[in-house]
Amino acid sequence: MIHSLFLVNASGDIFLEKHWKSVVSRSVCDYFFEAQERATEPENVPPVIPTPHHYLISVLRHRIYFVAVIQSEVPPLFVIEFLHRVVDTFQDYFGVCTEAAIKDNVVVVYELLEEMLDNGFPLATESNILKELIKPPTILRTMVNTITGSTNVGEQLPTGQLSVVPWRRTGVKYTNNEAYFDVVEEIDAIIDKSGSTITAEIQGVIDACVKLTGMPDLTLSFMNPRLLDDVSFHPCVRFKRWEAERILSFIPPDGNFRLLSYHVSSQNLVAIPVYVKHNITFREGSSQGRFDLTLGPKQTMGKAVESVLVSSQLPRGVLNANLNPSQGTYTFDPVTKMLSWDVGKINPQKLPSLKGTMSLQAGASKPDENPSINIQFKIQQMAISGCTQAGQTL
Amino acid sequence: MSASSAFNDEKGGSSSVGEPEYGHDPASGGIFSSDYKRHDDLKEMLDSNKDSLKLEAMKRIVAMIARGKNASDLFPAVVKNVACKNIEVKKLVYVYLVRYAEEQQDLALLSISTFQRGLKDPNQLIRASALRVLSSIRVTIIVPIMMLAIKEAASDMSPYVRKTAAHAIPKLYSLDPEQKDQLIEVIEKLLADKTTLVAGSVVMAFEEVCPERIDLIHKNYRKLCNLLIDVEEWGQVVIINMLTRYARTQFLNPNMNESLLEEGSGGDRTFYGSDEDEDEDEEEKEKKAETPAMAKRKPYVMDPDHRLLLRNTKPLLQSRNAAVVMAVAQLYFHLAPKAEVGVIAKALVRLLRSHSEVQYVVLQNVATMTIKRRGMFEPYLKSFYIRSTDPTQIKVLKLEVLTNLANETNISTILREFQTYIKSMDKDFVAATIQAIGRCATNIGEVRDTCLNGLVQLLSNRDELVVAESVVVIKKLLQMQPEKHSDIIKHMAKLTDNIQVPMARASILWLIGEYCEHVPKIAPDVLRKMAKSFTNEEDIVKLQIINLAAKLYLTNSKQTKLLTQYVLNLAKYDQNYDIRDRARFIRQLIVPTEKSGALSKYAKKLFLALKPAPVLESPFKDRDHFQLGSLSHLLNAKAGGYQELPDWPEAAPDPSVRNVEVKDSVPEWTKCSSREKRKEKKVEKPFYSDSEGESGPTESADSESDSASGSESGSGSEESASRSESEESEDGSESEEEEEEEEEEKEKKKKKKELKKPVQESESEQSSEEEERKHQRKTKQRKSDSESESDEDEESESESSQSESEESESEAEVKKKKKAAESKPPSKPVKKESKKEKKEMSLLDLDDFEPAPSPQVTPVNTFLSNSLVTDLEGLSLSDTVLSPATIAPSSALKNYELLHRITGEGLSVEYCFSRQPFSPDANMVAVQMQFTNNATADTKNLHIEDVKLQSGMRVKEFSEIELLPAGETATAVMGIDFCDSTQAANFQLCTHTRKFFVSIQPPVGELMRPVFLTENEFKKEQGQLMGMNEITEKLTLDMKCRNEHTIVQRVTTAANLSRVPCGSDKECRFAGRTVSSSSLVLVTVATKEEGAAQLTVNCEKMVIGTMLVKDILLALTQ
Repeated sequence: MIHSLFLVNASGDIFLEKHWKSVVSRSVCDYFFEAQERATEPENVPPVIPTPHHYLISVLRHRIYFVAVIQSEVPPLFVIEFLHRVVDTFQDYFGVCTEAAIKDNVVVVYELLEEMLDNGFPLATESNILKELIKPPTILRTMVNTITGSTNVGEQLPTGQLSVVPWRRTGVKYTNNEAYFDVVEEIDAIIDKSGSTITAEIQGVIDACVKLTGMPDLTLSFMNPRLLDDVSFHPCVRFKRWEAERILSFIPPDGNFRLLSYHVSSQNLVAIPVYVKHNITFREGSSQGRFDLTLGPKQTMGKAVESVLVSSQLPRGVLNANLNPSQGTYTFDPVTKMLSWDVGKINPQKLPSLKGTMSLQAGASKPDENPSINIQFKIQQMAISGCTQAGQTL
Repeated sequence: MSASSAFNDEKGGSSSVGEPEYGHDPASGGIFSSDYKRHDDLKEMLDSNKDSLKLEAMKRIVAMIARGKNASDLFPAVVKNVACKNIEVKKLVYVYLVRYAEEQQDLALLSISTFQRGLKDPNQLIRASALRVLSSIRVTIIVPIMMLAIKEAASDMSPYVRKTAAHAIPKLYSLDPEQKDQLIEVIEKLLADKTTLVAGSVVMAFEEVCPERIDLIHKNYRKLCNLLIDVEEWGQVVIINMLTRYARTQFLNPNMNESLLEEGSGGDRTFYGSDEDEDEDEEEKEKKAETPAMAKRKPYVMDPDHRLLLRNTKPLLQSRNAAVVMAVAQLYFHLAPKAEVGVIAKALVRLLRSHSEVQYVVLQNVATMTIKRRGMFEPYLKSFYIRSTDPTQIKVLKLEVLTNLANETNISTILREFQTYIKSMDKDFVAATIQAIGRCATNIGEVRDTCLNGLVQLLSNRDELVVAESVVVIKKLLQMQPEKHSDIIKHMAKLTDNIQVPMARASILWLIGEYCEHVPKIAPDVLRKMAKSFTNEEDIVKLQIINLAAKLYLTNSKQTKLLTQYVLNLAKYDQNYDIRDRARFIRQLIVPTEKSGALSKYAKKLFLALKPAPVLESPFKDRDHFQLGSLSHLLNAKAGGYQELPDWPEAAPDPSVRNVEVKDSVPEWTKCSSREKRKEKKVEKPFYSDSEGESGPTESADSESDSASGSESGSGSEESASRSESEESEDGSESEEEEEEEEEEKEKKKKKKELKKPVQESESEQSSEEEERKHQRKTKQRKSDSESESDEDEESESESSQSESEESESEAEVKKKKKAAESKPPSKPVKKESKKEKKEMSLLDLDDFEPAPSPQVTPVNTFLSNSLVTDLEGLSLSDTVLSPATIAPSSALKNYELLHRITGEGLSVEYCFSRQPFSPDANMVAVQMQFTNNATADTKNLHIEDVKLQSGMRVKEFSEIELLPAGETATAVMGIDFCDSTQAANFQLCTHTRKFFVSIQPPVGELMRPVFLTENEFKKEQGQLMGMNEITEKLTLDMKCRNEHTIVQRVTTAANLSRVPCGSDKECRFAGRTVSSSSLVLVTVATKEEGAAQLTVNCEKMVIGTMLVKDILLALTQ
């Protein structure tokens, strides 16, 4: 299983290493650096790299490569999934998972890694259990610890380990009992240049923040559960009940967790809430191109479209862009040829547009590539899939 | 050093708050330049008697380790602190020890005694962590100590310690492989452990130490399957992978009928066949039935254990952990019958929305799957469309999948997508797209010309890479039908002036040479140009120029003789030896000299032989011999430690090896519940009970030891637990009777068999068990019970009271039940399995929850009760997580006779309404028919003819049964759309000799299918179906059916309805929809005092409503 773990930052320095079996020299990472050099983009480094004696499996999160060294056959997804879990845990503990945060908390990181793997095999990966074993560092606790000399390490075996609900720590007490559920939905759509939708899928998650005393048993039901095409659950959800009644019944972990993620397939027609009118032309011969982009809302049920960010990779021939946004700001990176336009909120009365000219390399012929346009946006309090929650009971 | 001293600055800064007197030391860490000095300072801190100082020092040391700095010279100072009271210091010391003990073996020995003491500590956490560190220290001298510690921990009270022991096994094994035999013993013992905590870790140890000892799994197979859903996710992955391999060695290929068609017949198989006729033990029989010889004669029957595995892994497709989903997917791919593999597609497509690394691995596997089972992913074609934000490697893999999925129907959409991709800015991706187009063109004849035209257009693209790639692909395409496309070749010949990419130039030259007869005028000219630039060309181009010259010389020597000579001369003095060789060789071949031998006569044949067109195939073509999801599969090369996925066996090994003597497998530690340990338990009790409250599903060890010490006492709670499993137990009891009926004649023989069996399995309990068994026989208990221990006997007796109430139906029911399982598992194994399952479950219950001691726990229905106990059960008793289809038939199925044995001249036919959705047409009721040939001659060509129906009704016939050998039984499913009426469907049942008029008339209850409604929905719907649509009837309940459970059961038996959850325990509600018109059918049974009750049926269709009322009334008052 997992032999060692190296954390590599964007500039190719190993800033943390941890070994669970015999020590593997950090020179093994040279193979990784080689692959990293070959890859044009950071995310193009192959996740699995074979070397003469080891295999390197890496994930890239927050501009840090987590490189696991393994020596023998193991399902690659097992390692990848575990590494992502490590990152999630760090994020949970330190708020962010950056090089600085890890360096600042190197001892906690080490203690965590020690608990998460034993001899390369995952031991405790549930955040509730880990938090009982190793208390997350807070400013207050650091202060108290330095004064009293007490420690971050729990003294007892987390009770969850032995119970049937290993994800929940026991003896939780709150004065205010509250539970929040966030439904976050993402549409992922490919739209061709004439504006017709090629595919559109909705991916949704329900994130929960549960602060309830004792051992609560919650149920959550939906008005239209049939909408959910494919679901995956947190282990706390009773699968049988869902199968039979389409009701989510669970004993939640304490704190934040992802209860469920679901997928609404493209069969259900998805109404894309924004539209784009575009007109990007390059004229043969002249070193000028025209750029014209207008955004507008559609079918948003009166909700405002916010945080709109448009980005487009322009052809290599483009030297510079001289554009004029009706709102927001735009930037053009002449090296990567990436144009990004931070629109902000769309005002239905006055549609945002970005117009102007692009200057092309003189003498170069008209580029053949069609620039693709990516649009990200947020709409608060609206579920695209039309999925609604019927009620929840304790 | 500078970096780490900077770190010290921060740390020192914070520590100075608490420790002013030492404040200057850490803070000045940066000032000390030499290692020696700095470590000196750390040593001093470690030697101090203040925990906070020690902690600070350890933190800094750990930080050094984390950066990969050497801190080994501090070893003595650190080891001293191994017995430190402060738990955090201790932990950090452990971290240090594990890292450096290997380098300083002698000094590390100093710490061993501390761990040995720790192993005896009353606190399980300390025991576990002592074992963990002890086993992590890679010092060979302590191997015996480790061995001892592991053995002891393997029988520890605490499952957590046992888990740690399981983890320690591979550590010791890697340290000293000679301990293997002893370790296998420990593994064997731990495999028998019933806690979910241990299962994953011990299987992991099994995989690392002795993956070849598949025999160790037999006894634990069913337990592992049943526990699987509750094991932590990482363990699930390991177990599923191991079980995949296991299943490949123990079960038969579910798809073998297809493969068998290709094979010839094996003569020696009759041996088995004849064997089978002389009746044998059930299991033997079943096994024989599964030999390939039989499979040829009758449909393949799946081993119930095989089915168990598939069924228990299916819910895990919903796991949040991608590795688990992938593991299940590969299990289904390798083990499931073709028809069932489809379920994994959806889950895999879901994974495509995950992190890009996950996508990468999943797509690789999907690519392999699409080659073998294309149909599976076709509905998800659009999910593989490429997004501009995908990393290149993902794009290329998606292209691969799209190409594999391309067929005549979807090729146009795929090609349109490809057209867009060609305009992408990612040139590697564009090149891959062009390749993909080429592959589509070769695979699908219809679009070849379109693709070729498209590619030719790309030749005028401005990007050289695109053009070059197109040329290469066009070359391959043209090779398939060159005569049609001489204009393309001409066009390409012109390109030689512009294209610089060597591969493309070489391709063009080869094409012209190969088809120079199609372009007789241009070819020599091209050669002329090439001869001019020969010296400046790349090597591959040069080689092709020589080839071109040779070919032209042979076909058109008049024009090209001199040119060829010139080229060959140039090549003769080339720097590259390959080119020189080639030139020499070709000169000898084509230029006739006196010396040239026989070969030159055949030069033309040699050079212009018809060459087979290249097959453009996927690089994933042969990858499926690696287990999917494995590292080896991903790399397409065997990784170290990869366990080959074995081929299916020819004949299934004896399935009885998986039968478990439960008493035997009660692990040792429960028996040796020493006083000491009991004490410890009491200490820890509040610790647990705090956590779980009264319903306390913990205390596993406690209850286990109880049940071991007195199985009688255990059976009480077991019984109550089993009641909540009413579905299963009913099945069990039903089957008992059936079996008995069917097997009466054979009974004697069986008895003998069974008596022999346990002798081998457990001698100690033999005698008492035999007694039990005989007793059981007399009381007409089910035979396969006899394998289990007395516990179970009692249980089944208690059940028998339940089953009595159903007795009237039971006979018919059971047969149906068998059919309900359709052609899947054979009837007997199913029963046995459900029995087994139940048994395992009740044991599991004991492990995980001990229900409140009062035996009459909550009303039986798990759906209803809101109490925590039952909810928890629902949560963890995953074994009952069956697909809804299997839940439905729990309300027993009634069998009807279609054709009696006498009138049918030996052929008897029975049918039942299987209550499964009829997949070809949702508006039809599935009717399952069982044909039994009691005649002495074979019956052939069983089919349906001359269907006479009322208007509106439709029938979907079953496919013809070609041969029903004498004495055999076959089942078939047909669909009938009764149009929501109870009119009979009349038709003729034809054999090759006779025709019989038969008719099927459905009871009204079978004309509906269950729907799930919530209480609110139910009330709402009921409100809309008042007045004429509501029929109410008062009744007095039969004495036997005054409890809620029986009511539910009887109603669901009478009509195919599903239970609606309801807050009041005085009311039972049911809902369904009629099959044809989907009108809602709502049934309410409200009970009052003294067995009085009121039945209400709400249904749009009044006829249905009235009839249903009658039927249910009958069922409830009988």
